[in-house]
Amino acid sequence: MRPAPLFSLRNLRLAVLSAGALLFLAPYIWMLSTAAKSREEIFSSSLSLWPQHWALWENLAKTFSRVPMLQLLLNGVIVCALILAAQVIVAIPCAYAMAKLKFRAAQIMMTMVMLGLLIPVHTTALPIYVVLTKAGLLNSYFALSAPFFISVFGIFLFLQFFRAMPDDLISAARLDGMSETSIIARVIVPNAWPAITAFAIFSVVAHWNDLFWPLIVITAPDKATPPLGLLFFRAAEAGDDYGALMAATLVITLPLVLAFLLAQRRFIEGITLTGLKG
Amino acid sequence: MTAATAQNLPGHSLARLAAERAAKQEALTAWKLAAPAVVLIVGLVLLPTVAVVVFSMTNFELGYDDFQFIGFDNYVELFGDRTFLISLKNTAIYTAIVTPLSVLIGLGIALLIESETRGRAFFRTVYFLPVASLLVAMATVFQYLLHPTLGPVNALLALVGIPGPNWLGSSQTVLISLAIIGVWQSVGFNMVLFLAGLTAIPRELYAAAEVDGAKSGFERFRLVTWPMLGPTTLFVTTISIINAVKVFETVKFLTEGGPNKSSEVLLWTIYQEGFVYLRVGYASAMTVIFLGVLIVLMFLQYRVLDRRVHYT
Repeated sequence: MRPAPLFSLRNLRLAVLSAGALLFLAPYIWMLSTAAKSREEIFSSSLSLWPQHWALWENLAKTFSRVPMLQLLLNGVIVCALILAAQVIVAIPCAYAMAKLKFRAAQIMMTMVMLGLLIPVHTTALPIYVVLTKAGLLNSYFALSAPFFISVFGIFLFLQFFRAMPDDLISAARLDGMSETSIIARVIVPNAWPAITAFAIFSVVAHWNDLFWPLIVITAPDKATPPLGLLFFRAAEAGDDYGALMAATLVITLPLVLAFLLAQRRFIEGITLTGLKG
Repeated sequence: MTAATAQNLPGHSLARLAAERAAKQEALTAWKLAAPAVVLIVGLVLLPTVAVVVFSMTNFELGYDDFQFIGFDNYVELFGDRTFLISLKNTAIYTAIVTPLSVLIGLGIALLIESETRGRAFFRTVYFLPVASLLVAMATVFQYLLHPTLGPVNALLALVGIPGPNWLGSSQTVLISLAIIGVWQSVGFNMVLFLAGLTAIPRELYAAAEVDGAKSGFERFRLVTWPMLGPTTLFVTTISIINAVKVFETVKFLTEGGPNKSSEVLLWTIYQEGFVYLRVGYASAMTVIFLGVLIVLMFLQYRVLDRRVHYT
């Protein structure tokens, strides 16, 4: 048997993929390395990856002392949870009604959903901002989450999922004397977990990462979400303490990246849903 | 005969009445279940969209309570507004760089991963990682990487004797730098869509092409993969365009439209006019144009999707 040549097409392929992977990982590698370096070291040698003197804890300490980092993370969790809960509670009954019940407005509602899919949040931001300003509701969790309580895309997604569910399942539940609400809670939801998890990941990733809307409605650091907090932090640090900045970046990026690494398949499913949304 | 019908009639109509009542009951339940969603769609999506169109024909500014309808004056002003025109141009340039690169690199990586058996899951994870990461946070990292004096990129360039540019600080390179970040961030997403497209291609087609004389890998790509992947490619391309037109986070975080408006993009200009200078009327006119561009793109995408359904 002939040994495989070192410069075979197959190995070339692997080499290209590996080089690309390294390039894609480079920002993460430098983030970790810089977060662990002292200020002097960052200024003197940017190419050595291994810090000569570990300053990770000092940088992390700076991050947690100069901005309310825990508060930021907590805000992010609260806002994402509020949004997701409202979206799911509103969208599922509506999608169920549209998919499995007969009523005249279903056609008009389908048109509304399709129209809603065309309209990005950037379009509705101005009028909603005007209303929130007039109502004196800026700088609140409500202002951060309320515009997203409806996810037209969520309705669309659940609608397609519910349509594929067998009618017999629902008829059987009705014969057992279940009300429509308990059918949703005890028959539909348990059977729709794949769609719900995919949508949950899609929603949480989108809103955890969003900068546009928090930037508009939040000016006080105590209600800032992680991306906005990072912006405040950078402003407070005059932008050149890269060690501390990278430590902050690390803390804010870590939750989602860890979640992604743990549940990759679900994540990829959930995020590629945005493809449908456009 | 008549007696029989007369006898049957009450029963018959009773059944019909019951059926009608049940249908009414069902419609009522449906309404109750859908009502919150309907109220929220109208209140948070449709009405605000109408409001934007109405605002766009006024000189409404937040802080001043009275405003007049001024017809299409805002639109006329827009097309003489140097900042807005630069913004349109920059958005177009940014999109023109990011879209082809992220589609082609996404396709390339998908093809390589598909044909390579070693480390498939690992590579997929690595290339998808930027999609799952916080863009604003990663922008901070890029700010450091591309820093003209401290950054590793210019330090590397200096090693081989090339004087590195001031990536994000010079008007010549700022759009390219933002585009590099945009490509880095979106390649993984496109790759996953292409991987899904690739697995849907029947294996027999490759065997058939080989029998027909397509010996080289490139020939098989040209004859089988590329045509079969056509709908996916179109789909990925329109999504990439739409996402590129929506660029905002990196601009806000890294350049604030500068230097000298050379990274002024649509959403950034709208943000500045509407939420910083509070010129709601004028910003609304920009928003309407922004929405118009997106709707045209999405319409194209629906057409593409429609074709895909008939294609396979």
